[in-house]
Amino acid sequence: MVRIGPHQPEVSSDFEMLPDNLRERAVAAAVEAFDADAVTGGKFDRGELTLEITPAKIASVCGFLKYDQQFVRLSTVTAVDRYPMEPRFEIVYHVHSVERKERVRLKCRLAGSSPRIESVTGVWRGANWYEREVFDLFGIEFTGHPDLRRILMPDDWEGFPLRKDYPVTGSRV
Amino acid sequence: MSDTAIPPEVAADLEEAQPGTGPRRMVLNMGPQHPSTHGVLRLLIELDGETVVKCVPDIGFLHTGIEKEFEVKNYQQAVTLTDRVDYLAPMSNNLGWSLAVEKLLGLEIPPKAQWMRVMLVELTRLNSHLVWLGTHALDIGAMSVFLYCFREREEILKIFEMFSGQRMMTSYIRIGGLALEPPRGWFQRVKKFMDVFPSRVDEYENLLTNNPIWIGRTKNVGRISLEDMLDLGITGPMLRAAGLKIDARKDEPYTSYEKFDFEVPTRTENDVYARYQVRIEEMRQSSRIIRQAMDGMPEGPWKAADQHVVLPDREKMKTQMEALIYHFKIVTEGFRVPEGEVYQVIESPRGELGYYVVSDGTSTPYRVHMRTPSFGNLQATSKMVEGILIADVIASIGSMDFVLGDTDR
Repeated sequence: MVRIGPHQPEVSSDFEMLPDNLRERAVAAAVEAFDADAVTGGKFDRGELTLEITPAKIASVCGFLKYDQQFVRLSTVTAVDRYPMEPRFEIVYHVHSVERKERVRLKCRLAGSSPRIESVTGVWRGANWYEREVFDLFGIEFTGHPDLRRILMPDDWEGFPLRKDYPVTGSRV
Repeated sequence: MSDTAIPPEVAADLEEAQPGTGPRRMVLNMGPQHPSTHGVLRLLIELDGETVVKCVPDIGFLHTGIEKEFEVKNYQQAVTLTDRVDYLAPMSNNLGWSLAVEKLLGLEIPPKAQWMRVMLVELTRLNSHLVWLGTHALDIGAMSVFLYCFREREEILKIFEMFSGQRMMTSYIRIGGLALEPPRGWFQRVKKFMDVFPSRVDEYENLLTNNPIWIGRTKNVGRISLEDMLDLGITGPMLRAAGLKIDARKDEPYTSYEKFDFEVPTRTENDVYARYQVRIEEMRQSSRIIRQAMDGMPEGPWKAADQHVVLPDREKMKTQMEALIYHFKIVTEGFRVPEGEVYQVIESPRGELGYYVVSDGTSTPYRVHMRTPSFGNLQATSKMVEGILIADVIASIGSMDFVLGDTDR
């Protein structure tokens, strides 16, 4: 089932900077101070902080969060397919600081044609399998990844199952 | 999941090691049907004599596309999918999913349901740790421990069956509360079990804690530095056995855990033996929590009062038109969940279990991602076993306590 609806992304990309109400959040302010061009938006909803990051700057922002802001853990990397909207893909990173007991969600938006983003395996080695999973199920390429191949599906599988234009049921013809 | 017998990076290494020019190397293909991999994990182990030179884990044999399946089920139906992710801790998954959706809905859960949930999740932790201890000991050669553990596990499964009609796929924790009120006599049965359980833990300890063979096989085995663990995404008892006091029940309390009195056990030795000690102590702490939940069980409703989300009582449905309409609406199309996204973390028996749920305002989730602890832990296998003896690989991977359903989803 392909769901094509009028649904807009929750964060409007009209403004290309951090919203004012987020400046009181220490992490958001720190990331903006580190690189003001990297942050293109964000929100604080249901107790969770989301920062939108320019795809080209994701690795440097992650490095800053890990080495400067004690976010030593990368919980997970995943993606959301907003088909047929553009930019189609959202890459979502959940990072966790054990010391500060805080979590932050980073989000990068990628266009639908040949989506590619820099890998964060250089920052957290644990990103390896998560990025492979996103590559396997969404077909998003991670540049600089040491071992980018399918992880859950068979090697010769065609298509990317978690994309919205991939059917849930049916047989391969 | 890989079809080729030997992945390219191992093959390249093998070519380098030509006979006569260097050490003789051998590739051992362990799994996916090897009994000690507990499911369908495949490990490609490159050996130099008996020492592991390289280890490449290969997963995906149990991939069932659950994350895709979520997108065509409505929110309440999807509870049944969560059971099947980690089949040794079904109720932890039920809880993680329910909490995530309740956070999106902004739903208030009454205290009785919360206390019941704590009790059930801790029983699930006992269940999972018992299976882990039994099979882990079996791998190392202590066969009788397995029989002892499964004796208690059987009783827990009977307790599960009593209220849900199912031994493993309980689907008992639902969005908005519980599926049903526990049946008459259930609390007595749990109480009877909890009265004997601590002495049973002593029994396991009698069999293992001072057992020279057990100590010889587990002490100073499977060590991996705390920095590497955090970097590679390990969570749960493994981190606690390395001295880091991290537990979502304390750090980010959910379901009223802050109202319960319990300790987070830690060790600093960071080996297989320390992980065993941490899990044994966790069983004792879980018994404490279950006892507190039973003694302090509040009175009141066991499901939330929101008629748009929770099915009405049978009695009301037969007497009130409005209740019947709500029942029809919820059963036929489900309930709508406001737009938004949440990442809900709980402490499953294996570590950090996170549900990332994206809603687009309809009655089916737009995207669900499960951050499962087994996937994160398993990633560290290579780092952990490279350089140790082949016999210790079994003990090391056993101490990770992974479930392949949880890894592959």
